[in-house]
Amino acid sequence: MKMHLDEKIWLILSFGMIMLFTIFTGYQTFVLGLGPPSNMETIDPQKVEETAPFDAPGVYEIGENEYEVVMILEIFRFNPGDIEIPAGSTVHFTMTSKDVIHGIQIAGTNMNAMVTPGHIQTITQTFHEPGEYLVLCNEYCGIGHQHMATTITVY
Amino acid sequence: MDTARKHSFKEKANKMLGINPQDALLSKTFMLVSFAALLIGGTLGLIQGLNRAGLFDLPSWFTYYQVLTAHGILLILVFTSFFTTGYFFAAHSHVLGGLIPKVRKMAWIGFWLKVVGLVVAVIPILMNNATVMFTFYPPMAASPVFYFGLVFIVLGIWSCAFASFIQVANWRKNNKGQHLPILSYFATGVFVLLFFGSVPVAIEVIVLIIPWSIGWVETINVMLARTLFWAFGHTLVNIWYLTAISAWYVAVPKIIGGRRFSDTLTRVVIALLVILNIPGGFHHQIIDPGITESVKYLHVFMSLAVGFPSLMTAYAMFSVFEKTSKKKGGTGVFAWFKKLPWGDVRFLAPMLAMIAFIPGGAGGIVQSTNQLNQVVHNTLWVVGHFHLTLGTTVALTFFGISYWLIPFISKRVLTPAINKIGVVTSILWISGMAFMSIAMHWVGVLGSPRRTSYTTYGDNATALGWDPYLMFLAVGGTLLMVAVLLQVYAVIQMMFFAPKGDTEFPVADVEDNATKTPFWTESWGRIIVIMLLVIAMGYVVPLVEFITNAPPGSPPFRTW
Repeated sequence: MKMHLDEKIWLILSFGMIMLFTIFTGYQTFVLGLGPPSNMETIDPQKVEETAPFDAPGVYEIGENEYEVVMILEIFRFNPGDIEIPAGSTVHFTMTSKDVIHGIQIAGTNMNAMVTPGHIQTITQTFHEPGEYLVLCNEYCGIGHQHMATTITVY
Repeated sequence: MDTARKHSFKEKANKMLGINPQDALLSKTFMLVSFAALLIGGTLGLIQGLNRAGLFDLPSWFTYYQVLTAHGILLILVFTSFFTTGYFFAAHSHVLGGLIPKVRKMAWIGFWLKVVGLVVAVIPILMNNATVMFTFYPPMAASPVFYFGLVFIVLGIWSCAFASFIQVANWRKNNKGQHLPILSYFATGVFVLLFFGSVPVAIEVIVLIIPWSIGWVETINVMLARTLFWAFGHTLVNIWYLTAISAWYVAVPKIIGGRRFSDTLTRVVIALLVILNIPGGFHHQIIDPGITESVKYLHVFMSLAVGFPSLMTAYAMFSVFEKTSKKKGGTGVFAWFKKLPWGDVRFLAPMLAMIAFIPGGAGGIVQSTNQLNQVVHNTLWVVGHFHLTLGTTVALTFFGISYWLIPFISKRVLTPAINKIGVVTSILWISGMAFMSIAMHWVGVLGSPRRTSYTTYGDNATALGWDPYLMFLAVGGTLLMVAVLLQVYAVIQMMFFAPKGDTEFPVADVEDNATKTPFWTESWGRIIVIMLLVIAMGYVVPLVEFITNAPPGSPPFRTW
């Protein structure tokens, strides 16, 4: 098979670029610990409110400037909503869904995770800048999907 | 030997006399349904654009989410699958010496199964009993009727796929030792992917969803269903892309008066796209729970690998353009650019489609890496991405094909006036998509979610800041609507009213000094085995995990 030199160069560059992206993604995931939210725990989706920790959803201070938010996503609200935390806090979200598939996304941050019934999803976000952050559901979950939102106020 | 000679005589006669009336009727019917779907789906798209910009409130009896469900199904499934089938059966008929009667019959059965399935699926959508999007993620449960409609559509797809396989097998039996003509080779790749890609979704619908939606079983394994869906979902869009590039490799070089790119590399690209495609779908689940980081990492690699054959295609296209223009006397680094027939819609539309794939493909690479995916997942960025790849690259190429395929099957000609309409349509289409896609990418990075009707989240300042960008969705949508109307008008004209005459089915020849294509490219059995191994690599671990470590299932919900 005949291949021109410029084509060989192009293909080597293409292959190299793809390998570079792959290696870089791996470095971020496994060395820097920036992997995507991938929690493996499961839960009975019909008994969410009877299962710890979701029997007591809320915001818990677990250390200096460190909080855990135990959150239930349900049509069409986040429980708890209207969260307030001091600037510089690191927040560990532990979440599950009581009904259909939801997504949680905080505009202006990189926080974005799918929350599916039957699984417990976790994700951590540090809020450096004070302000009001919009938290919204980004997976279509029903007729009131566009109202499923709340805020996190960083003071 | 005698039969072979008779066969090749038939092939020659077929090429001289044009498509036979029965094969033409089959393709014309598929095309009509395809463009009817474009008309309705496009109109629904405009309604969404206007709503999303805050200009238009939808009534309670026809909600944004109903509109979106129908828009998705009509354009991603109906417009595309009917076009692809009509196109490839016309191609088979042209390059393989006419469809054999059994194949034609199976294609018609496929057509009616799909039409019946479509009607059965659309009725519950219109009645607001299946407002679940074309992804229909459980535990949202539509009326069982909707899922039965989907089953018929899949059966129709299979009937068409096997019709294509039989046609090809029959040709090979009569033409031992010869390479399958390149267009039929593309068709085989497309139908192999359509068949194997739709197996997971068929299992999802038939085994998991239907018994659950009827009430025979109480709960469903949500993540298993979601994973089976995406094994199909992303394959589907890449199938339409593979259909589009068949015209880039085969028809476009002929239209610009050139030869096609290396036959071997073309076949390698097709084989690679078939082998690498199905595990690519997993990148839709990068931020899902229940899948380990290492499995997700493997899938990042598998998704990015699909980019490689596309980069080969980019080289091939520019190489053909440059060679052709040099033959016509274009010199210098960019002079070839001026030698291209920009005023010919049969070239302009696919060319604009290719240009759109440069940002489209780059955006795809961006969003299939773990961390960047997390930034844009389920935002309008993703919608902007697939309106570039599917909405522009695939749709514009299909439009471009229609300006020679429809006159060819209708035994009519492309008049200068219709060509002009085509040029205007192409420019309107790319401009509308540019307005819409760029705004969607931008506002998506800012955080605006997809699949969400107009909302300010209670006058939230962040959400209000997105409104100016969303206005471009209405502007783009309006331009696109005009283009849809022109395109459908052109199709009707070319099919029924244009002057009678012979139109060429453009199939470019290879270069005179081309090297012989190695025969291993013909062994589809081997390609399919490698494909199944790659699918197994990607899917066995997560599927076993979802089945063995399954949480208690979910009952059906109706949340609309």
